[in-house]
Amino acid sequence: MRLSLLTTKRSCLSPGYRTCAGCPITTIVRHVLRATDDPVVVAVATGCLEVTTSVYPETSWRVPFVHSLLENPAATISGIESAYRALKRRGRIDRPIKFVVFAGDGATYDAGLQFLSAAIERGHDFLYVCYDNQAYMNTGAQKSGATPLGASTTTTPAGQTGQRKDLTRIIAAHDLPYAAQTSLWPWPDLYQKAQQAFSLPGPKFLNVFSPCIPGWKIETDMAIELSKRAVESRYWPMYEVKNGKYKITVPVPKPKELEEFLKPQKRFAHLFKDQGKMAALKMAIGEQWLRLENLTKL
Amino acid sequence: MKTATRTILTGSQAVAEAIRQSAVDVVPVYPITPQTQMIEAVSALAARGRFSGEIVRAETEHAVMSIAVGASIAGARVITASASQGIALMWEVLGVAAGLRLPIIMAVGNRAISSPLNIHCDHSDSMGTRDLGWIQVGCENVQEVYDHMLLATKVAEDRDIQLPAMVLLDGFVTTHSLENLVTLADDIVKGFIGERFVEKSALDVDHPSTWGPLVLPEHYMDFRIDQHETLEKVKAKFLEAGEQLAALTGREYPLFELYEGKKVDRLKETDTVLVFLNSTAGTAKEAVDVLRRSGQRVALLKPILFRPFPYNEIREALAGVRRVIVYDRSMAYGAQAPLVSEIRNALYGLNPAPEVISRIYGLGGKDVTVEEIVRSV
Repeated sequence: MRLSLLTTKRSCLSPGYRTCAGCPITTIVRHVLRATDDPVVVAVATGCLEVTTSVYPETSWRVPFVHSLLENPAATISGIESAYRALKRRGRIDRPIKFVVFAGDGATYDAGLQFLSAAIERGHDFLYVCYDNQAYMNTGAQKSGATPLGASTTTTPAGQTGQRKDLTRIIAAHDLPYAAQTSLWPWPDLYQKAQQAFSLPGPKFLNVFSPCIPGWKIETDMAIELSKRAVESRYWPMYEVKNGKYKITVPVPKPKELEEFLKPQKRFAHLFKDQGKMAALKMAIGEQWLRLENLTKL
Repeated sequence: MKTATRTILTGSQAVAEAIRQSAVDVVPVYPITPQTQMIEAVSALAARGRFSGEIVRAETEHAVMSIAVGASIAGARVITASASQGIALMWEVLGVAAGLRLPIIMAVGNRAISSPLNIHCDHSDSMGTRDLGWIQVGCENVQEVYDHMLLATKVAEDRDIQLPAMVLLDGFVTTHSLENLVTLADDIVKGFIGERFVEKSALDVDHPSTWGPLVLPEHYMDFRIDQHETLEKVKAKFLEAGEQLAALTGREYPLFELYEGKKVDRLKETDTVLVFLNSTAGTAKEAVDVLRRSGQRVALLKPILFRPFPYNEIREALAGVRRVIVYDRSMAYGAQAPLVSEIRNALYGLNPAPEVISRIYGLGGKDVTVEEIVRSV
């Protein structure tokens, strides 16, 4: 698969949406939706993606797009997919449709966790994509359940003191057909995981690393570069869980220095003046990788 | 061919029967006393192969209404039921349903709101949602529950309305009481309600639509004014659909009922009017009979359509009476109770103006007898 071939597929979004310069969210969305040839129906949580692509009376969406509230896109898609099944059974619709959710980490790790858990447990046929930028970015970078140890946010200005949730592992514990953690680098990983997810019936989950330009206080050309450094430093492990089996999809035998990932981000600037905090973050990342390696041996 | 069946059902069973006959596509459910029997009854129908819609067993009432919103956007006919804390928990989504103009139907087994915990009847739950843009239709008895479920569906789905509707029945008093009623044959119900009119659907992938956009101050008020004006149109649609239903059932469907020893179109021999919602209106009719036998010129006004509220029609009906006693089964702490507040609004500026007296009764299921109502007049 060549990257240039992907661009020959029509985008689900028309140009002119209002994301920040350099924001990777719409790149993630376009990548994911190009991984299926079936028509899609998209539901989103309140957040950056929603407010930058559907400002009345305009819309960027070339596919059906539904926004209800912050925490409930998994329930919204449950309703849409249930309606689809009911109408199909009654002969009022027959073509295949894929159902996809896009939501940020605030809507997924925090407010919507119960909704997502229940939608998976009920077994709806949908793909849930979390774009994880590690804080409530649409409201101005407040701490979420995805905020990493030590990161400065507007509600943890001195640095987050707790560990972030390992959401992908929480979701994998539902024993669903497919759950994976991915990133825009290396780019085929996201595309292939989305393809894999679309090929399976039932609930699927992708957690996608999504650097935030204003929230992380980084330059506008850094989103893909930081995705790369996050993967290469083991900060963001790339793996999938298919039918209960863990597999690392991008092995990192010789991790690069974490500092290379942290340095361009002002949210971590204070760690460079506090060796204890830096060591604590490194330890958390090391433990996360070890835990993952152990899981792959099961 | 049999067009109607005389039967005995609880209020909850009547809701389930209406759901079955309305060919509902999606029923999201979550248990809460005293509504649980409704969703159990629908589930039992499905288990016996008599209901072919999707029952979605949600994890909270917030999810119930969120699922309802999604399914309705996808073009499905959606009905659910809830009560009390369930209504409180889904409050946020109720506004979404109305704002997105989705004709979702919800039966409410009216119950008190915590704290303290109480599972019995009062009207605090639906009153807490009265300004969110839903149609609200009250029910005195099981027959009205059945009829109003069909009527609410017809009005909510009208192409000029497209708004959600609550059908309000008193927790335990009506949800759990077995009463006589007459149900219509399946094909007659089908003929009355028809298929849901769907202007746009999220499943129409060839004509993609965007639902729930961000609307900035320039346009936001336009949506709200449109919503209000549409809800106001419900009065006429309710009467119009009511006439069609009356032709099938032989019963009448006014915006409110007047009782002067018998049902009347206008009050003639009345000095004092009692105003009661839902089941207690039935008890109050007995009280009116007792009082009229002792020579007192007392009547009852039972609002049926609570949202939109028929201010002008009620003002006309009450013009000329000396005294109106309004009985609220919920409170507005630090303010006038909801029903009396509406009645005072309706009567404002009348000359001569009736004296309006406010009474609160029956909170948290406290029983109300005919004698107590007689003594309160």
